[in-house]
Amino acid sequence: MMPPGPVAGGPPVGRPSRGEPLAGLVVRPAGEAALLAEVPDARSALALYSALRAHPSAQPSLDGVIDVVPAERTVLVTFDADRLTSARVHHWLQEAATAPHSPEPTAVQAPRVEIAVTYDGADLDEVATTLGLTVAELIALHTSTRWTAAFIGFAPGFAYLMGDDAGRLTLPRRSSPRAVVPSGSVALAAGYCGIYPRESPGGWHLIGRTDAVLWDSARSEPALLAPGTVVGFVDAG
Amino acid sequence: MPAEHAVEVRATGPLTLLQDAGRPGFAHLGVTGSGAADQGAYRAANRLVGNTPGEAVLESVLGGVALRARGALLVAVTGASASVVVERGDGRAAVEHPMGCSFTLGDGDVVTVGMPTAGLRTMLAVRGGFAVPTTLGSRSSDVLSGLGPAPVRVGDVLTVGEHPGDWPEATLLPAVVGRQVASGRRGDERMLAVMPGPRADLAGAAGWPRLLASAWTVSPSSNRVGVRLLSAPGSAAPLDTAPASTLPSEGMVVGAVQLPPNGEPVVFLRDHPVTGGYPVIAVLTAAAVDLAAQLRPGDVVLFAAVRG
Repeated sequence: MMPPGPVAGGPPVGRPSRGEPLAGLVVRPAGEAALLAEVPDARSALALYSALRAHPSAQPSLDGVIDVVPAERTVLVTFDADRLTSARVHHWLQEAATAPHSPEPTAVQAPRVEIAVTYDGADLDEVATTLGLTVAELIALHTSTRWTAAFIGFAPGFAYLMGDDAGRLTLPRRSSPRAVVPSGSVALAAGYCGIYPRESPGGWHLIGRTDAVLWDSARSEPALLAPGTVVGFVDAG
Repeated sequence: MPAEHAVEVRATGPLTLLQDAGRPGFAHLGVTGSGAADQGAYRAANRLVGNTPGEAVLESVLGGVALRARGALLVAVTGASASVVVERGDGRAAVEHPMGCSFTLGDGDVVTVGMPTAGLRTMLAVRGGFAVPTTLGSRSSDVLSGLGPAPVRVGDVLTVGEHPGDWPEATLLPAVVGRQVASGRRGDERMLAVMPGPRADLAGAAGWPRLLASAWTVSPSSNRVGVRLLSAPGSAAPLDTAPASTLPSEGMVVGAVQLPPNGEPVVFLRDHPVTGGYPVIAVLTAAAVDLAAQLRPGDVVLFAAVRG
């Protein structure tokens, strides 16, 4: 069976061209059929992921790449070891890392999504107090921040959204996680914003809720927020 | 001949799931690879009934699955060593078939897979495959995210797909028979081939040698997500993990040997989380992943380095 290549449905984000190599790239083997590329931070990881997704189709020898998985400081590439060598994939990573390392990895092609939020989360008041803001200021800051889906984790479609808020919306996870967080909950933790795609346990601070469908396996793009998607929140009142 | 070929589920054993080659290509959206836990046994079962690679099979934990045929079917059972008994719908004497061969079921015949004597998971393939709907291109049940078909239940009727044509089936794959008992063992211990993982350095200088020098016991709280290992009595001490606590989440692979803070490794199987925050100190070979999927609670495991 032919696994789908990583280019299918991929959101092209950066516009790769020749430039300085990505500083601090470390490639570590992860078994017979995967390499883990380590980079300094989440923006670098998204930039590398975007560069990998942007031009694999131009490289027929990379048929055989199975998954490209960005995370907080890494990009994992898994491949079919019967069709690709580790050395070839390593070279591909280095080539992609030579694409310019943009601190704002967005381009005209980056998908944009607007999400309407009702700001009535169970932790809204507490979050505002912790951050030294009024609730109105917190909502204003959340809606004026430009968010970018950096990577997915925890559940299908749960995007870790990085903000350009200079860290003003950063707070740690709750000391005691909730057993049940409702689907569509908009939450903050660990410097990220996230939206629970479905009811699940969770340890993030709940500030609001949305009716947006974050995940639908039957859609051609099952995740509303794939890595690289730019997100803006609006106050639904 | 009935208009439709199908199986009626009479029994499921502890857990029977539909599985196929898996759900590759969606990990960046948070969807794990899933698929049959023992891919070698899965491919053999499909091969024995002449299926196109990729058809869905029934994966059962500790046997116990019983199916009644609607229409004549060609069936094969692979994986863990278990009895395969067919009770005839026409009243003739019951027949026992060996593992790793194909055999026919007449309309009304009931096939029952017994409790394995070695190994954990059996794969039952039917010529034509099981025609359940796909999710993201796969018929695999992902127990972590809930994607794919629900677990098979007594009373379910599973439609068998169109006959794939005249590609001749193999009738016996000798290499499949007894594979679990003949290989991957040293005495009563199962050997899992590993290479150093991307974070082997985070287990400390002593971590890798201690992983290899220790014997580990399979915990009952293991599933398709992973095999949890406990320190075997008188052998393994938990590994030191102090430097690892601040590792940010990163992509995980099937076969990753993850080291949580309690120092007792978890071997990730097909439904592993897409990302994880504990260091991966070793990664199993593909063949060892299949062996790991056949480990039973209480089995004793050794890791053997293949290269590094």
